[in-house]
Amino acid sequence: MNSLILQTATRLLFTLLLLFSVFILLRGHNEPGGGFIAGLVTSGAFVLHAIAYNVAAARRALRFEPRQLIGAGLLLALAAGLSPMLSGVPFLTGEWTTLNWFDSGPMKVGTPVLFDIGVYLVVIGVTLTIIFSLAEE
Amino acid sequence: METLLGILLAIFALALAAPGIYRIAGRATGWLLALAPLWACFYFLPFSGSVAAGEVFAIQYSWVPALGVGLGFYLDGWSLLFALLISGVGVCVLVYSGYYMEGHPLLGRFFLLVLLFMGSMLGMVLADNLFVFYVFWELTSVSSYFLIGFDSKREAARAAALQALLITGAGGLALLAGLVLLGQIVDGEEISKILDGGEAIRVHGLYAPILCLVLLGAFTKSAQVPFHFWLPNAMEAPTPVSAYLHSATMVKAGVYLLGRLSPVLSGTDAWFYAVTAAGALTMTWAAWLTLREDDLKRILAYSTISALGMLVMLFGIGTEEAIKGAVLFLLAHALYKGALFLVAGAVDHETGTRNVKQLGGLARAMPVTASAAAVAALSMAAIVPLFGFVAKEAVYEAVYHAGSAALPLTVFAVFSSMIFVNVAAVTGIYPFFGKSSGHTPKHPHEVPAGMWLGPLFLALLSLLGGLFAHPVGEWLLGAAFTAIARQKSEMDLALWHGWTFLLALSAFTSAGGVLLFVSRNRFAALGAKLRLTARWAPENWYTLILQALNLTASWQTRFLQNGYLRYYLLTVIVATLLAVGFPLARSSFAVAPQWIDFRFYEAALAVLILLASAMAAFTSSRLGAVTALGVVGYSIALLFILFGAPDLAMTQFLIETLMVILFVLVFYFLPRFTILTSARERWRDGAVALLAGTLMAAITLVATNVTFYPPISQYFAEQSVPAAHGRNIVNVILVDFRALDTLGEITVLGVAGIGVFALLKLKTANGRKS
Repeated sequence: MNSLILQTATRLLFTLLLLFSVFILLRGHNEPGGGFIAGLVTSGAFVLHAIAYNVAAARRALRFEPRQLIGAGLLLALAAGLSPMLSGVPFLTGEWTTLNWFDSGPMKVGTPVLFDIGVYLVVIGVTLTIIFSLAEE
Repeated sequence: METLLGILLAIFALALAAPGIYRIAGRATGWLLALAPLWACFYFLPFSGSVAAGEVFAIQYSWVPALGVGLGFYLDGWSLLFALLISGVGVCVLVYSGYYMEGHPLLGRFFLLVLLFMGSMLGMVLADNLFVFYVFWELTSVSSYFLIGFDSKREAARAAALQALLITGAGGLALLAGLVLLGQIVDGEEISKILDGGEAIRVHGLYAPILCLVLLGAFTKSAQVPFHFWLPNAMEAPTPVSAYLHSATMVKAGVYLLGRLSPVLSGTDAWFYAVTAAGALTMTWAAWLTLREDDLKRILAYSTISALGMLVMLFGIGTEEAIKGAVLFLLAHALYKGALFLVAGAVDHETGTRNVKQLGGLARAMPVTASAAAVAALSMAAIVPLFGFVAKEAVYEAVYHAGSAALPLTVFAVFSSMIFVNVAAVTGIYPFFGKSSGHTPKHPHEVPAGMWLGPLFLALLSLLGGLFAHPVGEWLLGAAFTAIARQKSEMDLALWHGWTFLLALSAFTSAGGVLLFVSRNRFAALGAKLRLTARWAPENWYTLILQALNLTASWQTRFLQNGYLRYYLLTVIVATLLAVGFPLARSSFAVAPQWIDFRFYEAALAVLILLASAMAAFTSSRLGAVTALGVVGYSIALLFILFGAPDLAMTQFLIETLMVILFVLVFYFLPRFTILTSARERWRDGAVALLAGTLMAAITLVATNVTFYPPISQYFAEQSVPAAHGRNIVNVILVDFRALDTLGEITVLGVAGIGVFALLKLKTANGRKS
């Protein structure tokens, strides 16, 4: 497909969708959202890119082989689960700490956030592996 | 006792490091690795004093406290005897292997497997917990599998390995069931605890099934008839493995189990008849079968089965004398058979053949090996003053006083012992001192020191055991006897008992054995004639069962994996209907119909979903069906929003969108829309679909109406912010409360993704995508 309108819109939408997905990912702990949904939004962005241009361009934009994202996400989730064991608590216990980096106030971060990012990466990896492979047929 | 765990862990760690060590140390590897069992040997030896005095040592580490499985170790006389055998023979075998297998490209892996076995076997005889015992038991089977099939390029080795694994594995499963039942009766998994509950177990209703299952495990592992055939086939393994696993240690695991549990299970008629009969039959039949073999290792293997049968028989008799005889014979057999196997390996290594018809007169070329072989063979033939003689006297003593069964058992034992004399002569004496045939494939020389040290050491022990029978009995075997018989008794061993009837019987055995050896060719001919029975040999049953299993497997694969998506779906849905529908229909859950208020747009959505579903089912346009399904999906997402589940709704919207994209992508590849099914099939499919929908609706209604426990959602709602720092309960459940489930799900998701990728990239042989 070679539609100028779609391509121009995609340039804008692509960035917005990616930003939006990160937003959904990070707010997921308190508001509707989370790694799964954010992963689907990101996949949607890349699929849009693939439709507007072509799969090769979308792959270049992603920079990573989707299959590697599956492995990376699983490893990250596993690491998030294992790291609490270093301090002697059971596998997958949520460990939290408060950061005061920004003026906007204290920020709570914990291993569940890392775990959610792992889910996010796996969802992107699986969805794009399937869709890119199908589209390249 | 703390060092015990250290030794075990060290052996397993060395096993993993063995290939690396081999790369650096090369030829010295065998010597280096032998230090581990040597350490174990010197660690265990000092225990003999206090163990002989009746002490037992136990240590517990918590392992899986939630399941009540503790990593417990228990050392009494019986486990000490085995621990010393495993580590002592282990030293000889490791040193020997370094030379026997010299230059083999996978020698590092070989050492890995042998050490893995050594650690497992040590763990097994020292385990206190039933399930720790079982895990180590199976580990020995697994390492045996790898070692039998070590020469994995040969079909015969692979088949023999699989056969051994299947048979011991099946027995292992039976054993597991038996152990579970045993643990339930005693309400504890510690072997030390079970040993105290003997009386309660023998009168329990589950005694018979427990006995059957445990005996199945023991008999398969220790190669009793009719499960014996895997052991001769296991001779495909490299010879050091045959010496170590398949004569001195692993095959005695079943005997170990019988001894371990005999305080609990023995003493009943069932035990006496089942165990004694199996043992006596195995002893006699396997002894007979040695006569028709020509291969050094196979002859030794059959005589090993026969010896195992003798041990099992002795445990079946179960008298004080029988247990003494069993402990004695166990040690004597391990020493001489280990030595004879290692000698057989040396002969094979030097001459290139193991056929006894071609061997003879090797004593001149291999004097040291010859002397080791001679001593071991004399011990096997039970000649004064060797340890084998002491052992056989004790065995005769036991069968001669075996009550009502004394006569047949004595006859069988004497018959088998005569054949042992013949086997000893054929495998240990004649190849070295007999007439030289002059044509062996290779010109023999004496083996390097590393290869004669082990057999010579074991043979020497056979000699010393006979000469110093009294201290051996007092320190080592007395302790083992005490552990099995649960009573202290003097083990007063001596070479000389005076002029008794049993001595006459021994003399008769030796004379008969020599006669048998002289006329062995005639007996071999007789054996060949009797091979008519071979058609009904147990091994053929094994083959038949295996073929039947394979046929069933391929039939059901063709039936279920037929390649049509619609039949897969039908199978899955109908199976669910049957498995869930029946219990649900029979259960007493009643769902009272209740009408709730609903708003008109909710009703409108419901009607929309119904209409769209009908359209998807009846339309003859594929695009129409996809669109209709999309309408269903979006309407359900709307329902989620109306009932306050924004997370679900968002997910649903995104999934529906991606589904449409996927459909568009595969659209091009789909065949033209045609109706392939007959009207009857469509009615059937419709009925199944309606039933499945009804079932899901019923489950949902029942599930929301019945609560067995107070719902956990309350807890999640309360704990979400204070414990998990999140206000979105759905997400907190996903990444915190139920994170393990999520981890499982994303793993499955990842595997599915890779699966789809693999299917899409799959190319047929001629390069076309299929």
